[in-house]
Amino acid sequence: MLDVLKNHKTPTPDGSKGKGAVSIENVSITFGSGAEAHQAVQTTSLEIKPGEFVCILGPSGCGKSTLLNAVAGYVRPSTGKVSVDGTEVEKPGPDRGMVFQQYSLLPWKTVYENVAFGPRMAGQSWTEAGSVANTFLGMVGLKKFGNRYPAELSGGMQQRVGIARALANYPSVLLMDEPFGALDAQTRLMMQESLLEIWRKFGTTVIFVTHDVDEAVFLADRVLIMSAAPGHIIEDLPITLPRPRSSDMAALPEYVQARQHCLDVIRAESRRAFAEQNI
Amino acid sequence: MLSERKDLMDEAMATPVDRPAEQASPAATKAPHPASARISPAALREFGQSALLLLLSLSGGLVLWHVASENAWDFGVNFRYVPTPSEVLDATISNISDSAFFVHIGVSIRRVLLSFLIASGLGILTGIAMGRSRIARAMIAPYIEILRPIPAVAWIPLAILMWPTEESSIIFITFLGAFFPIVLNTVHGVQQTPDVLVRAAQSLGASRLAIFQHVVFPAALPSISAGLAIGMGVAWFSLLAGEIISGQYGIGYFTWDAYSMVRTPDIVLGMLVIGFLGTLSTAAVRALTAPLLKWQKRTR
Repeated sequence: MLDVLKNHKTPTPDGSKGKGAVSIENVSITFGSGAEAHQAVQTTSLEIKPGEFVCILGPSGCGKSTLLNAVAGYVRPSTGKVSVDGTEVEKPGPDRGMVFQQYSLLPWKTVYENVAFGPRMAGQSWTEAGSVANTFLGMVGLKKFGNRYPAELSGGMQQRVGIARALANYPSVLLMDEPFGALDAQTRLMMQESLLEIWRKFGTTVIFVTHDVDEAVFLADRVLIMSAAPGHIIEDLPITLPRPRSSDMAALPEYVQARQHCLDVIRAESRRAFAEQNI
Repeated sequence: MLSERKDLMDEAMATPVDRPAEQASPAATKAPHPASARISPAALREFGQSALLLLLSLSGGLVLWHVASENAWDFGVNFRYVPTPSEVLDATISNISDSAFFVHIGVSIRRVLLSFLIASGLGILTGIAMGRSRIARAMIAPYIEILRPIPAVAWIPLAILMWPTEESSIIFITFLGAFFPIVLNTVHGVQQTPDVLVRAAQSLGASRLAIFQHVVFPAALPSISAGLAIGMGVAWFSLLAGEIISGQYGIGYFTWDAYSMVRTPDIVLGMLVIGFLGTLSTAAVRALTAPLLKWQKRTR
């Protein structure tokens, strides 16, 4: 499957290169109010450069998905603001492509119709939208599966369609919420490599949420570690591994060090959180 | 609302499709479809066995019926006035050579179709409004809750007084029967739309209208079509109630008239025709909605 991807001559859709600067300024997010109030994200500020691949790493329930949802526009920050390329995020939009953990393809549309959906919504004709869909399905190696329904595809294939669908709108930022969390280990590794390949060709900014240290280190230019709830960024770690990356890099000292550093930070943080809970 | 809807289904027909909650999970769509399965020797054998069992069961029932009515069994339940199968067969033959019989059937079918179409249109619209808008739900739900448990028969006196013609009152009663299951299933279907699909569509630039058209409505379709099938079944119940009490035509009238005139074989014939038409029309509703749900069947 990967070979298809590697040998595919991409029509270099680099329309989004140079775009995708994400700025999170003093954002905090609180759900509910009064006694029921629950702070999911503590005041957080963050700058992400165009084309950067950022992983947000943290334990379950730490608010990393909530922060991502604020960038997507599903959640309004209680304080502060999120902006993409200088424009404040107010609602979800096609400039920020989203890939979810759960399978989120429309089950009643074929794979092809799912990928063409975004371009159709942008007002393109079926012919235009169809050719965009074919381009991106080719990019993820699933051109032959266009007429299938999502339920006929494996989990990994569905997530690749999800990525193609998000990219078909030429977003400046690709937001990914533990997209490979439900996949088996081998498929996950293949998906990670193929995502990096797509990202290299496409050059869009990626914000990738995960709780898997290896995944974060393998993929990212920068790993942001979040504290336990209420979440805030406690570590901003640049990953200097060379690109293009491959799975055999796991033995390189840079990889081992970065991985160890992440684990240490997470361990210290969970100790602190645990101690706090016991007071 | 779900539990109330279940009550209604129990009253109505426990059809295999009226399980929208299960339909939402992909696993449920793996339910076997014997008719569409590839024909393997094993499947063929299974089909043959089922056919044989069906034949055995039906002929056994017929023999039992024949013996019971021929010997006028009476063990509390009295078979003395129950016609034998052959008497019913004779009645069937004499009736199908009489055009009046087909007029009765035609009138009933026309009433059911008309009522069902009105109930589908209004029911789906009302259900969507209630599923999508909290205001609509708050305002309409009390009426549904109060009116829904009232059986069609109880509406007959008022319907006769309210509507200008007998025909319109029968159609009103039939409509009521079909309306409630369609509304409740539509509401349920609209409300169970997975949030992640709505979010995905928002992120792809879909407007509110487009989200409704491409996400909410298709997500509700399995439940809506189950509601339509149930509604069709209940429409027949209600129609019969209406026809028995008023009117000069219709298969319900035919059955009741046979009772008044003590033509017992015709009673049984009327009942069998009603059963047959009910089954047939429910199957027709399923067949008509099936193309809209083909995405469910094409799962592995």
